[in-house]
Amino acid sequence: MKTLDIWVIEEKCNGCQLCFKACPYNAIEIIKKKAVIKKENCNLCGACVNACRFEAIFIACKVPLEPVVGYEGIWVFVEQKNGKLAPVVYEIIGEGRRLAQKLGASLSAVLLGSKLEHLVDELKFYHLDRIYLVDDPALSVFMDEPYSFVLSNLIKKYKPEIFLGGATSIGRSLIPRVASILETGLTADCTSLDVDVAKRLLLQTRPAFGGNIMATIICPEKRPQMATVRPHVMKRAAKSSEGKCEIIKEKFAIPPFKTHYLDFIEDIMENVKLEDADIIVSGGRGLGKAENFIILQELADVLGAAIGASRAAVDAGWISYSHQIGQTGKTVSPKVYIACGISGAIQHLAGMQTSEIIIAINKDPDAPIFQSATYGIVGDLFEIIPKLTKKLKEILGN
Amino acid sequence: MEIIVCIKQVPESTEVKINPQTKTLVRESVKGIINPFDMYAIEEALRLKEKLGGKVTALSMGPPQAEESLREAISLGVDEAILLSDKSFAGADTLATAYTLAQAIKRISQFDLIICGKQTMDGDTAQVGPSLAEKLGIPHVAYVRKINEVKTDSIILEQMVEEGYRRIKMSLPGLITVVKEINEPRLPSLRGKMRAKSVEILIWGVNDFNIEKEKVGLEGSPTQVIKIFAPQRRKKGEILQGDIDSQVEQLVNKLKESRVI
Repeated sequence: MKTLDIWVIEEKCNGCQLCFKACPYNAIEIIKKKAVIKKENCNLCGACVNACRFEAIFIACKVPLEPVVGYEGIWVFVEQKNGKLAPVVYEIIGEGRRLAQKLGASLSAVLLGSKLEHLVDELKFYHLDRIYLVDDPALSVFMDEPYSFVLSNLIKKYKPEIFLGGATSIGRSLIPRVASILETGLTADCTSLDVDVAKRLLLQTRPAFGGNIMATIICPEKRPQMATVRPHVMKRAAKSSEGKCEIIKEKFAIPPFKTHYLDFIEDIMENVKLEDADIIVSGGRGLGKAENFIILQELADVLGAAIGASRAAVDAGWISYSHQIGQTGKTVSPKVYIACGISGAIQHLAGMQTSEIIIAINKDPDAPIFQSATYGIVGDLFEIIPKLTKKLKEILGN
Repeated sequence: MEIIVCIKQVPESTEVKINPQTKTLVRESVKGIINPFDMYAIEEALRLKEKLGGKVTALSMGPPQAEESLREAISLGVDEAILLSDKSFAGADTLATAYTLAQAIKRISQFDLIICGKQTMDGDTAQVGPSLAEKLGIPHVAYVRKINEVKTDSIILEQMVEEGYRRIKMSLPGLITVVKEINEPRLPSLRGKMRAKSVEILIWGVNDFNIEKEKVGLEGSPTQVIKIFAPQRRKKGEILQGDIDSQVEQLVNKLKESRVI
C-alpha cells in the first residue's frame, strides 16, 4: 500500500513559523522552536512545503523498506535486425555488468529471432552468465506482438529483478508493451543508472521537460524494474578472450498476431545512420538553402559522419525530417557533434546535449549554441567548413 | 470510421527551472497547450473522417483545466470530447495512465482506430500508446509517418525506424502513434471555434466508468520520482581565436588530441 506522508526534518527546522502562517488547515504547531505536524488536520496540500525556506518539510511517498524477494538477475534485451546486433546492445551489456557486480547478481542476455546461432557465438564473449535464446521463424522480423508475447512469458518464467533495453525505435515501442503485460514500472530513455544495493532498487535517471530537468525514478514494489537506456551514453562492454556462458533455449507457442510486416524501404539519403554515428555534422538556418548541405556532406564523407539538421532547416524543406535532431526529432549522443549555422534553441539542445564534444560554427557570437559548445568558431561557415574539409582530407588521406 | 484521439495538455514551454532553495519546479509559463505531437494525431483523425466518414472523439486525462485543450480539439473539428478528471487519477505514471485511458475506452466501446502522438513534450516517454494498446488487447504500430491504405478491417502504414521505414499491415481495431512527418495540422475554423464555446465536454470521474481504484493515480503507479535536479551544465567551452586558417588548424589539433581523428 502506497501512501503519501508528511514529515519535518528537525535538524533543518529553526522554528521560523513560516509554515505555521502558510498552513490553511491549522495543522502545524511550533513546539520548542520546531514545527510539528498535526496529522489529523493535515490534508497534505503542500502549502507549508512551498513556504519553508529551509527544505525542512517533505511530502512524499513512503517507500517500503523490504526488498521484493523471488526475483534475481539482470537481463538485457538483445536487439537485432537481419541477424545484426544494434550497437546499443554492447552498451547495455556493459552497464548491466557494472550493476550486476554491485548487486552481486547474474547478468543474462535475451535474444529473440530466427537463425541466430552466429549471434550467440558473438555474445558469448561479453561476460554474460546466461543467454536466453528463443529461435522461431515467427520472430524473424521484429513485430511488437509476438516479441512482447515471448518476452513477457520468459520474464514470468525466470523472474529477473532488472530488465534493460535500448531506447531505440524498437525498444521504445516493444518494452512499454511488455511492462504493460507484466503490470510493472518502466522508465524511458535513461541516461544514467545506479543501484541501491541494500534495497535492491534500480535508480533510473532520465531527462524530462526537454532536458531542462533530470529525474531519478524507482520502482519499489513491482518486478522486474524495467528501463530503456539512451543509445551512445553508456560505455560499451569489454570483449573477453574466452567465450563461456550458459545457453538456455526456450520455445513458446506464439499465437497468430494482427500486425504483418510487408516490406522495408531504406532511406537512401543517409550514408551513415544518425543513431549509430560517432560523428554528426549538422546544419541549421545558417545554411541558407538546400543545396548548401553539400558542403556539410563533403565534410561528413571525410569524417565518416552522418548528417543532422535543426528543425529550422527541416521546416524550410532543405532536408528530410528523418535528419531532424531535437525535441521533435531524434535524440543523438555521438562522440562529436558539429553544429553548423545552428543557433542552439533549447529544443535543439535537448536532442544533442549529451554529445561528448560539441563543435559550434556560427557567425553570431551571441548564439546560444556557444554556451554548450566544447569548441566554438565565430565566423562564416561557408569559408570555414571547406577549409576544415580540405585540411582533414590531407591528414586522413595520409 | 470511429476514431479516438488521445491528447494531453502540457505546459506551453518546457523551459522549467528548479528553484535552488525549494528544489521545486518553477515554470516560466503556466499556459496549457495541446501536446504538439497530439496535433498531428488530431489532424490525421480528421483527415480519415473526411475521407471515410464516421466520428472523432478526443480523450484526455488531466486536471479540470485540461478541458480547454479539449475545446481546442473541438474547434479543429473533433466531434466529441471526454475528460477523465478526478483527484484520484493524479500522480499517474505511464502504466496507470494507460490503464485509466483503457478503461474509459472500454466504456466508449465503439472504435476502429486509436491515434496518439508519438510522445508528450513534458514527459517524453512515448510509453502510453503501446501500453494502452496492450491494455485493450489490440495491436499497435508506433512512429507512423504515413497511412497508405484504409480498409474496413485493416490499415497499411509506414513506420519510421532508424534506417528508413517499414510498411506494416495492421488489423483493426488497432492503435497508432504518429510522428510530425505525417501531416501539417490545420488551424481552427470559425465555425469550430463557435462550436467549441458551447459544446458540452463530458467529464468522467472515478465513479463514471469501471475502474479498480488501486490501479489509478499515484496508488496505481509502480514508478515514483525520488529526486529532481537541474542537469549538469556543460562546462563553458573555448572559442577558438585567430584568423580562419589558424582556427581550422586549432580545431583539427583538438580533434587529434581527443583521438577523434
